[in-house]
Amino acid sequence: MFTQTALDQRNKQVEWLFRALFLMMTILLIVPVVLILSVLIYKGGPTLSWAFLTTIPTDGMTAGGIFPALIGTVWLVAVALIASVPVGVAAAVYLSEYAPDNWLTRVINLAIINLAGVPSIVHALFGLGAFVTFARFGTSILAASLTLAVMTLPVVIVSTRESLQAVPQAFREACWNMGATRWQTIKKIVLPNSISGILTGVILEVSRTAGETAPVMFTGAAFFLPFLPQSVFDQTMAMSLHLFVISTQVPGVPENLPYGVALVLIGMVLIMNALSIGFRVYLRGKKKW
Amino acid sequence: MPAEVSVGPEAVGGFSDLDRRGWDWYADKAVAVLVFVGGISAIVFIIGIFVFITKEGLGFIATLDVPEFFGSPNWRPTSERNPTYGILALMAGTASVTGLAMVVSVPFSLGAAIFIGEFATGRLRETLKVLVEMLAAIPSVVWGFIGLSIMNPLIIDIFNVPVGLSVLNSGIILGLMAAPIMTTIAEDALKAVPDSYREAAEAMGATRWQVIWRVVLPASKNGLMAAILLGVGRGFGETMAVLMASGHAINIPTSPFDSVRALTATIAAELGDTAVGSDHYEALFTLGILLFAVTFVINLTADLVVKGVRKG
Repeated sequence: MFTQTALDQRNKQVEWLFRALFLMMTILLIVPVVLILSVLIYKGGPTLSWAFLTTIPTDGMTAGGIFPALIGTVWLVAVALIASVPVGVAAAVYLSEYAPDNWLTRVINLAIINLAGVPSIVHALFGLGAFVTFARFGTSILAASLTLAVMTLPVVIVSTRESLQAVPQAFREACWNMGATRWQTIKKIVLPNSISGILTGVILEVSRTAGETAPVMFTGAAFFLPFLPQSVFDQTMAMSLHLFVISTQVPGVPENLPYGVALVLIGMVLIMNALSIGFRVYLRGKKKW
Repeated sequence: MPAEVSVGPEAVGGFSDLDRRGWDWYADKAVAVLVFVGGISAIVFIIGIFVFITKEGLGFIATLDVPEFFGSPNWRPTSERNPTYGILALMAGTASVTGLAMVVSVPFSLGAAIFIGEFATGRLRETLKVLVEMLAAIPSVVWGFIGLSIMNPLIIDIFNVPVGLSVLNSGIILGLMAAPIMTTIAEDALKAVPDSYREAAEAMGATRWQVIWRVVLPASKNGLMAAILLGVGRGFGETMAVLMASGHAINIPTSPFDSVRALTATIAAELGDTAVGSDHYEALFTLGILLFAVTFVINLTADLVVKGVRKG
């Protein structure tokens, strides 16, 4: 009954052609990353060992391990989280549960988009001016972490707002009808039902924070410190800056060393990311509404 | 007990019994204030960023020779006799690297977005989305390292040039960095086109490609524009990767194999060596103001473009 005309056939061919073309583009986008990861693992893999992770750099950073940088990154990320998660969650709760649709809310949303778009080096300048100089924290973990916190705030706000908005409105209305206040509803109904989504966002923020270099360069991360930080007012080494330093600033570094550092850094970041993605997929499967 | 309800408040002990401002009421009000403060924090920080970098750069701007600043290719802040602050070459560096990055990433990102959003289904689609997300997670310093130690020798070998740290190198790196964000936003824009549009076209006998080309792409063109703009903003503001892969030489490029230096990279490389309050220090903050202003305009434009699609 439906015979294929020449036009139909040509349309089919065109469609097949474009489908193949776009598939190829997608693959070409992903292949370099797979290649790069393979090279990192191939060249950096042999460097990795327990001793590499747990000893300090020696011989002018041309040998030894990465222990102070690893611990320093943990400090930076932890303090940044302590600063940004409460503020970010509060902002998301406001935007999702309280904010009326008015000019102020539009300005807030615009500010969030812009905060996410400001170049990282500008965040570094801000951290230097505001936290190091003006607030007199000096170059310290505190100043660097606050800079990172401001920078990654949009990540927390956006992901938390999304998971709060995923809680059905009917849940809230049921609670209000029982006479609960807005805050009681948020505390007992909205937050418990979205906590796993919020966590997913926080893990994503950890992975962002751990890899940032420019914002910590002038605010708290040091080129080389052979000991661990004792408080938030100390300087510290950081994985990201360490990679930059040994691959550009230090002469005579054996070729495999920076590959090892890059592999550990990217491993940290990708594991956190995979965790966040896996968590999200698991949650989607579990959701009952 | 209905009988008591009909009795007036005086009879049950005055209005104070109807006053329900207990602990919960105050907690509710306190939280409303707290989350409001959190809510406006983003505005506070944006203004804070502007105020602080302007404050530090102000002394330099006040004495700024504007035509020389934008028109001179000589950036010699450390010259003892006659320091000059011309950013033409730095702007050319940023523009050439960002431009090449867009040439690399725009077609691939839009192609990938169309494939993921319109052709791929089910498990394949989810896998591709996850891979793109992973691509976005690679830290910029790692990209810079890749440019320095993998791309650099590769470019030297393939094109037989003396230096591999160039516009080409950093452009490709930056393109790969900007691609995930553009793909994700472009795919969102495609997803925002109502399915009824597609169904209507399919009911008329259109093939899938005809639906995409004639219906979906025109309907989502503002969102796609915004995706490209945000990609430009991302490339423009990228620091570490450009610093490491571009060669960091002050130069107005004439070919993709020339080394250049970007605005962002200049700040990152020089700020550590300047004395607080010196001309050089303030000049670097002035570059920061410029970067802030340009990304602000790009983000604002992207937002307006997307708003346009919702109204129209």
